[in-house]
Amino acid sequence: MTDWLATILIFLPLAGAVLIWVLPVGRLAGPIALLFALAEIGFWIDALGEMNFDKPGPMPNFDQRWSWFSDLGVSYHVGFYGYSFWLAGLAVVVMAAAIAYGFWVGRERPSAYFGLMLFLTSAAVGSFASEDLLLFYVFFEAMMIPLYVLIGVWGGPGRLGATIKFVIYTMAGSLLMLASVIVFGLSAGSFDLVTTPTSDNTWVFLGFLVAFAIKAPLFPLHGWLPDAYRESSPEVAAVLSGLISKAAVFGFIRICLLKFPGPFDDWRNVVLALAAIGLVYGSLLAFRAPDFRGVIAYSSLAQMGLITIGIFSVSTAGISGAVLQSVNHGLISASLFLLAGTIERRTSTGSFERLGGMARGRPVLATMLMITGIIALAVPGSSAFAGEFLILLGVFGTGWGWAVAGATGIVLAAMYMLRLISAVLHREPGPAVHDAALDLRPAELGIVLPLVGCLLALSAWPAAISGNAITTSVTPTPLRLLNPARPNDQLPEGRMDLGSTGLNR
Amino acid sequence: MIDTPNVDWFALSPSLTTLGAAAICLLSGAFVPRWILRPFAAFFCALGFIGGGVFALLLYIETPHGSLEVADAIFRDRYAAFTQILVMGAGLLTVGVAYSSRMREDHIGEFYALLATGGAGMAFFVQSANLMTLFLSLEWFSVCLYILCAIETDLEGSLEAGLKYLIIGGMGSAVLLFGSALIYGATGELGYGAIADATRSQDLTGDPILLVGLAMLLAGLAFKSSAAPFHMWTPDVYEGAPTPVTGFMAAATKTVALVLMYRVLTVAFPEEKDVWTIAVATLAVISLAWGNIAALIQSNIKRLLAYSSISHAGFMLIAVSSANALGVRALLYYLIPYAAISIGAFAVVVARERELGEAVTLDNLAGFGWERPLLGFAMATFMLGFAGFPLTGGFMGKFLVFSSASEAGWNWLVIVGVLATLVSLYYYLAVIRSMYMRPAAELGFAPVGGSPPREIMLSSAAFIAMVVNVGSFFAVQPLVDFARSAAETLPL
Repeated sequence: MTDWLATILIFLPLAGAVLIWVLPVGRLAGPIALLFALAEIGFWIDALGEMNFDKPGPMPNFDQRWSWFSDLGVSYHVGFYGYSFWLAGLAVVVMAAAIAYGFWVGRERPSAYFGLMLFLTSAAVGSFASEDLLLFYVFFEAMMIPLYVLIGVWGGPGRLGATIKFVIYTMAGSLLMLASVIVFGLSAGSFDLVTTPTSDNTWVFLGFLVAFAIKAPLFPLHGWLPDAYRESSPEVAAVLSGLISKAAVFGFIRICLLKFPGPFDDWRNVVLALAAIGLVYGSLLAFRAPDFRGVIAYSSLAQMGLITIGIFSVSTAGISGAVLQSVNHGLISASLFLLAGTIERRTSTGSFERLGGMARGRPVLATMLMITGIIALAVPGSSAFAGEFLILLGVFGTGWGWAVAGATGIVLAAMYMLRLISAVLHREPGPAVHDAALDLRPAELGIVLPLVGCLLALSAWPAAISGNAITTSVTPTPLRLLNPARPNDQLPEGRMDLGSTGLNR
Repeated sequence: MIDTPNVDWFALSPSLTTLGAAAICLLSGAFVPRWILRPFAAFFCALGFIGGGVFALLLYIETPHGSLEVADAIFRDRYAAFTQILVMGAGLLTVGVAYSSRMREDHIGEFYALLATGGAGMAFFVQSANLMTLFLSLEWFSVCLYILCAIETDLEGSLEAGLKYLIIGGMGSAVLLFGSALIYGATGELGYGAIADATRSQDLTGDPILLVGLAMLLAGLAFKSSAAPFHMWTPDVYEGAPTPVTGFMAAATKTVALVLMYRVLTVAFPEEKDVWTIAVATLAVISLAWGNIAALIQSNIKRLLAYSSISHAGFMLIAVSSANALGVRALLYYLIPYAAISIGAFAVVVARERELGEAVTLDNLAGFGWERPLLGFAMATFMLGFAGFPLTGGFMGKFLVFSSASEAGWNWLVIVGVLATLVSLYYYLAVIRSMYMRPAAELGFAPVGGSPPREIMLSSAAFIAMVVNVGSFFAVQPLVDFARSAAETLPL
């Protein structure tokens, strides 16, 4: 049973999707989907109990491998390392919240809608669990199909334009990645991520890098972001920014860093520069954005820049911080988008000009938004503070200039988050805010509260993630290779299994 | 007294079975009462394709090592048998798609007879082992297709399509025949293997007459596989021909033309490999560019699918141009989902056509996905398959094709293919967009009549095509094993 946990986590939602599509469940689609999403969380918690974060050797936890296509060495190979396990946890939690929100709002054509949401869950968890390059590509692409339909069918008035932009951008990246996947796999003779040796091919590396940079997105490849985040329904926007962007985090670590240590080092400063620009630029745009979703969208750009800085610092602290911050940002932006959705339902706008004064008489809404916002601006003691601190610590060793850029971004985050909070909650009541607009209903609170609860729990114990993010998976060799000056002093004690790598043969 | 060659009837059985069915269909037009004619002819046509498929499968099983039969005129090998199974499958699905077509009563027998005869010709075509049988069987199935295109005589478009196909197809055949003559003139041989031997023994590598002949032969086959720049007839003929016939042409004609092209090039012209790989790669690039870019501006679905079929010829030509063992496997595998998707997509077009009574465009497809969930979902998977999304066989096909090109050291061709795929997304997703994202109400468009007709045969054909499309993704290993032993015949 334990061996099967990764496979179960991938295919349980898919089974739910097929069930909903094939059986005439009608209006029951929502509850069934929610049931599957909760069961998925249950299995993830079960897996958390079974997970051995210090597993020696190169193999991941819950490792399963079956040959799929032996001619080219393609296999179904899944398993979880620390960081991918936390990202999968983020996936199941955010998807459950999004499905619950969709059910609460009552989407049209429920069986199509909830089936697609479950399908998306499978694809997302699958891409975090993949230990085979082609399998990863399959899941990575499979996420596109439900997203395309979810935005295109249930999105806002400008949805068609938004979907075209979204698809063209992301597919441009991922098709170049396909070329890279093929060249890498054929030259290695296998697509298995655990056993294949590292590569020095810069072009192949760039194919991967660009694909993930678009998915993240990194400046200047973020053109699809504002439209897609504004035109999606709130729960899909929550998934897009909270979860889908994290596939890029996985790709940066699992593929770019671990499979291409040489080119990674060569291009490190370029990516760091782009990420730093994205961080500052996104923060400034978020500060100027005229609406709720604009702020979250551009803050996502900024946060993904910060996370990328953490990864490309190539230090244990930076990468651990990046993983922690990925989970933080996923939870934060999911709850913010869902809160934006509830506000839009009450006022039918997200524009700051028409909002304001919502705190008066709506204490629950105000409290939730306040807590999320405060954590998002990384107040000391919050989990976001821990994540950003680790990232800055990690990148400081690479160059203090990057740390300055990162710190600037954090200051700007405080500015845009406080502006958001005051524009929605405080000031005079805006023209769109009627006295009759209700406070959060218990069901809505029930959706947002678990997300906020996770954030508070992580604030209490951020080391649960940061201390268990990279162990056997990020091998010490690339780290030392890239940071010859600082070999082991940065590694958390007892966390690095120096002897048993097997990854770099 | 002329010696009669020893005839291996078993090797000919797929063609013969289908031909027999064709004869029954043809006679049924004269002797079977009207009220039962349609199910009768369709049943025997289907039976012919099933029988042909079964014999092809037996041939596949019984022939681990290829051989030349019937005075060295035909091959008996797994490579041909594999393709015959595909052709028979395509024919069978086409029978289902065409079943409730609005054909004039007096054409039903002929329609199914021609369909079966065309299938038999294609089955023979892929077995051909010399330039004579090649040309004969090419004309055999081409003539059937010319008539099938024009069979709906009360439709202006159908007649026009038939005529266009006849003239341009005749042109293609003439080029191919001229090329064959030149090759014969240069080498003095007709058999594929003999041509290669003669080229070696007489040191004809680079001989201008041989090269011109090769070029013309290639052009003739490119006509049939509708590869650019020999594709001019494709959009018009695909648009005008009765839609089930279009589906059959897109699936089967292209299949046999490409499969035979690979055989001729590798068996007869191994010495000229440096030349024809580049020529085929050029054809591939032109097809990819032209097909995809022209498809962007189409609103008629049949024309859109026609340009898409041109671009897929390009993808498959990449596999041909890589000229390695993986390339043959890639081509043979690619053809499985491709043939299913083509027929399936045109089947959905048929369904919508019958519902509306007019040509299907992107606009009047609006809301189709919600009105007819099964066909709509099937069409969505077909479009994703054409576009090469994972979870469809189209993805695995592209993956294998690109892998073969990469293995041949042609990474630039992979990049071209990837870019072409990117462009193609726009129009494939446009179909999904109109089916699902633009409800009919939004356009003020209402389908005529009440609930759509229930067409069990057509829906099952589309469903089978969908199952093949998705199933071939998961079952890639057995299918590639199947293709591998088929490909071992070729000297690569």
